[in-house]
Amino acid sequence: MDLTALPLAEIVAFNRPAIDWHGVAPELILLGFGALLTLVDVIFLDRARKISSALAGIALLATMVPILTLANDISDSGARVMFDGAYVIDEFSLIMKAVFILSGYVVILLSTNYIAEGDYWESEYYGLLLTSILGMVVMSSSRDLISIFVAFELLSIPSYMLATWKKRSLESNEAGLKYYLMGVFASAIMLYGMSLLFGVSGETILTKVNASLNVDPLSGEALTSSTPIITLGVIFVIVGFAFKVSAVPFHNWAPDTYSGAPIPVTAFLAVASKIAGFVALVQLVFVGFYARADVFEPLMWILAVASMTIGNLIALRQTDIVRLMAYSGVAQAGFILAPLAVAGQVGDQALSSVVTYLAIYAAMNLGAFAVILAAARKTGSTSLDSMNGLFSYAPGLAIAMTIFMFALAGIPPLGGWFAKFEIFFAVVEAGGTWAILLGVALALNSVIALYYYANIARRMWAEEAPNGDLTPIRVPASLSAALVLTVVVTLVFGFLPGAVSQFTDVGLIAGG
Amino acid sequence: MENNNEWILSVLTFAPLVGALIIMAIPKGDEVFHKGFALLVSGALLIFGGGFLLTEFDFDRADEMQFTYDTSWISVINSRYIVGIDGMALPLILLTLLVVPLCVIYSWDHFPEPHNPKAFLALILILETGMIGTFVAEDLILFFVFFEVVLLPMFFMIAVWGGEDRRYASLKFFLYTLFGSALMILAFLSLFFLAEDTAGNALRTFDIQALTEWRGANLSRSAGLLIFGGMFMGFGIKVPMFPFHTWLPDAHTQAPTVGSVILAAVLLKLGTYGFIRIAIPILPEAAVEWAPWIGLLAVIGIIYGALGCLAQTDMKRLIAFSSVSHMGFVMLGIATLTTFGINAAVFGMVAHGLITGILFFVAGSIKERYHTLEIKRLGGLLLQAPRMGWILGFATMASLGLPGLAGFWGEFPAILAAYQPANGLSEAVFRTYMVVAAVGTVLAAGYLLWLLQRTAFGEPSEEFAKDPNIHDATKFEYVAWAPMLVLIVVLGVLPNLLFKTSDPAVEKSLHPCLIAEEADLAALDCPAVFGVEVAGG
Repeated sequence: MDLTALPLAEIVAFNRPAIDWHGVAPELILLGFGALLTLVDVIFLDRARKISSALAGIALLATMVPILTLANDISDSGARVMFDGAYVIDEFSLIMKAVFILSGYVVILLSTNYIAEGDYWESEYYGLLLTSILGMVVMSSSRDLISIFVAFELLSIPSYMLATWKKRSLESNEAGLKYYLMGVFASAIMLYGMSLLFGVSGETILTKVNASLNVDPLSGEALTSSTPIITLGVIFVIVGFAFKVSAVPFHNWAPDTYSGAPIPVTAFLAVASKIAGFVALVQLVFVGFYARADVFEPLMWILAVASMTIGNLIALRQTDIVRLMAYSGVAQAGFILAPLAVAGQVGDQALSSVVTYLAIYAAMNLGAFAVILAAARKTGSTSLDSMNGLFSYAPGLAIAMTIFMFALAGIPPLGGWFAKFEIFFAVVEAGGTWAILLGVALALNSVIALYYYANIARRMWAEEAPNGDLTPIRVPASLSAALVLTVVVTLVFGFLPGAVSQFTDVGLIAGG
Repeated sequence: MENNNEWILSVLTFAPLVGALIIMAIPKGDEVFHKGFALLVSGALLIFGGGFLLTEFDFDRADEMQFTYDTSWISVINSRYIVGIDGMALPLILLTLLVVPLCVIYSWDHFPEPHNPKAFLALILILETGMIGTFVAEDLILFFVFFEVVLLPMFFMIAVWGGEDRRYASLKFFLYTLFGSALMILAFLSLFFLAEDTAGNALRTFDIQALTEWRGANLSRSAGLLIFGGMFMGFGIKVPMFPFHTWLPDAHTQAPTVGSVILAAVLLKLGTYGFIRIAIPILPEAAVEWAPWIGLLAVIGIIYGALGCLAQTDMKRLIAFSSVSHMGFVMLGIATLTTFGINAAVFGMVAHGLITGILFFVAGSIKERYHTLEIKRLGGLLLQAPRMGWILGFATMASLGLPGLAGFWGEFPAILAAYQPANGLSEAVFRTYMVVAAVGTVLAAGYLLWLLQRTAFGEPSEEFAKDPNIHDATKFEYVAWAPMLVLIVVLGVLPNLLFKTSDPAVEKSLHPCLIAEEADLAALDCPAVFGVEVAGG
């Protein structure tokens, strides 16, 4: 546009685009409570300690209200679109927002005692947590390269700080620093990819990017295959998020960061932050790059198979349960990436299988971390040996952990089986040699993963407690609440998969 | 069909689960309540549930699904909650209903270390849910879920209450079976997507009956073979067929007595049941091509298992290898794809369940008294515990296939069926299998009699001669064993009780082209794989 041709007034006058206040209410509530938390901290200082965790919990519950009203609203009148399609509130975004809010709530339940008992300033902690969750909630609706980037930074920067929360611990500092450097590196790669794509298409809105990926920018004719610059752009953007979801070969930060960070923060990184990476990937693949399935499918195939195989094999050799969960998380990421490798053929099924997996994954993984946290209260360690004989002195925790482990392994009738099944379903539906090979890789990896999950279960049930110490564990109320919540969700997902799939069977504007 | 008692199968399936939950809620101290309640639940299910099934089951329509209940379950993937039983499933359900309370009675004062009856009994009841569920499920996904449900309790039973090598054995059992079922679920899904009727409309169903009616029509040969292969891995590992049998001796040897009994009596049958309920009825054409290989692995299993038995020094391990051999007979019967062979297989499953169940019970009781199962240290059981010795003798006789006892009707017809396999199968190949299998029965007689001779006959060895710990069978043991012993005799004398029930269902499950007389074959318009061209000229 030639700016000199316009009257000055038109350039300067800023017309605020229409804002759908109801649509952004969840974000505003989070923002408001985050600010309130900071104010309360500044005004009441030490006296704020008692209420900051409760306030953060209330913030998240309050955020659920507009999410529910919006869900009700869009089921009648369809998706709400803002800013020319850069910000969309549809079924997909709402279900993911709900997953983030609920995961965040469980993380707060996990944090309450952990943070209060450590000698740390609390309000900052919850403020940062809420900010990060705000970034995730924004991410669920972002359908624009720039909003995705902003959301990505908004959710990442607080989590770098959270990872270094134990500021007098060298490991925690190392964890945060590693995470930060890797995160910045990933952002840089992603931004470069985005700028390439912007160069090709001249657009940042995903649907428009998608449309232009099908067209040769010089001749204006339809493209039959990708051009190098598009390929490079797509790969760079996906690689940026591959760091976030800790897919192999971009997973190296995860084990160190997970084991150095405070356990509730680890749970947050392993669940909410990882899911946010997937949400971005899903939106990019299904909305932004859908026309270039020939580029993202092989890439996803490689990432998926590499992640699940390498993650599983390394997990077999871990002696620390948090590191084990980190590698199992890498393997799980491989599972979640698998449907994206066939997304071009079976878009709807691939999408709903990813969403189903993410929802169930959140419940079972958070639950597992809740048990690790509770057990560490007594043993003070996260080594695998510290799980030995858990059943003999904390049967409730042992049963819960068993449920989570076998749910993660995908054994019916516990939650994870349906998630795995949905992925098999999508892959088999796609058919063809590569999809079948992917299916076989998934099958083999389910077996490998079972080995270490079952091993943890065996340790809890069949081994002697270390030093014969059978004093029971005192589980604080908030931790119990988190456990009950995650166990119930895991079981319901397993027994009545119809109940979940009803919500996760969502559509995105796929294809261009 | 008004009032077909659609609730009964769901009650049978889930009542044990509810029982297990209640047991977990009873405080830990009251051991008697746990035991009593578990017995109450499983006993009531046997007496009232089993009795109800026997009286209400319409034996004249044993080929039809009865007590069916069909409701939506996971609508997104069109998987439904469908349960029902016919003459093929009924005997296996009754077997399950019988074995569980007997196990509860047996374990009354035999709880293996580390004791904890509460958890142990809860696991047995969860197992019962899984086993019955598998036999009543008429939807592939439902079947898969129940098929997997049994893994967890059995894993814990071995891992917690097992012998010295329990870590290795429990994980091996779990990993092997899961590997099979992962491939099985891929096969089920492929069926879902590839099944289309002759008009080209996709069926998109997991309903076993609907797929059985479809019978693999319009499916390409290679797809059929691969899908059958996936199911073969799932079911074959569970059976277990040679060469996937190696988990079984480990699992049996390390499992507590009751675990071994349930494993041998019911769990192995989930695999063979899968073959005759799902794999063969749905994909008859692929079955014809796979059958010679299945038959081959079956006879290798018969001989290998028997030779394995001869080499064992541990009584429990020996019985485990004899299971490999006996399940080989069952699989041979199935591989013939004839009504005769599959009826024999159903009989063989029930007979093996009863007989091997008894053998493991006795082995467990011996272990409890002698604290060892090493055959060369045992001996003179008939002197020290005569009644138990005779029961062991009776069970070995039944196991080696003595006519007049149940074992005979499992083995002999299976061998006989191999003389005349189904249309499309090579007679020469199966008659060779028949001869090999017959040699297997001789070996079976050999290792079983040798076992009996070394453990029951002769003088007690010096170390145990004066051991006050060694006494004859207790009343709990009698009560637990008597029903099985009686049934072995009854079924041995009146095999028709079972054959009559299973036969119509078996016949219905098989593709008409497999079992038609040669003269009628031309009229059936069969695919070439059934050997019509040879027959019709």
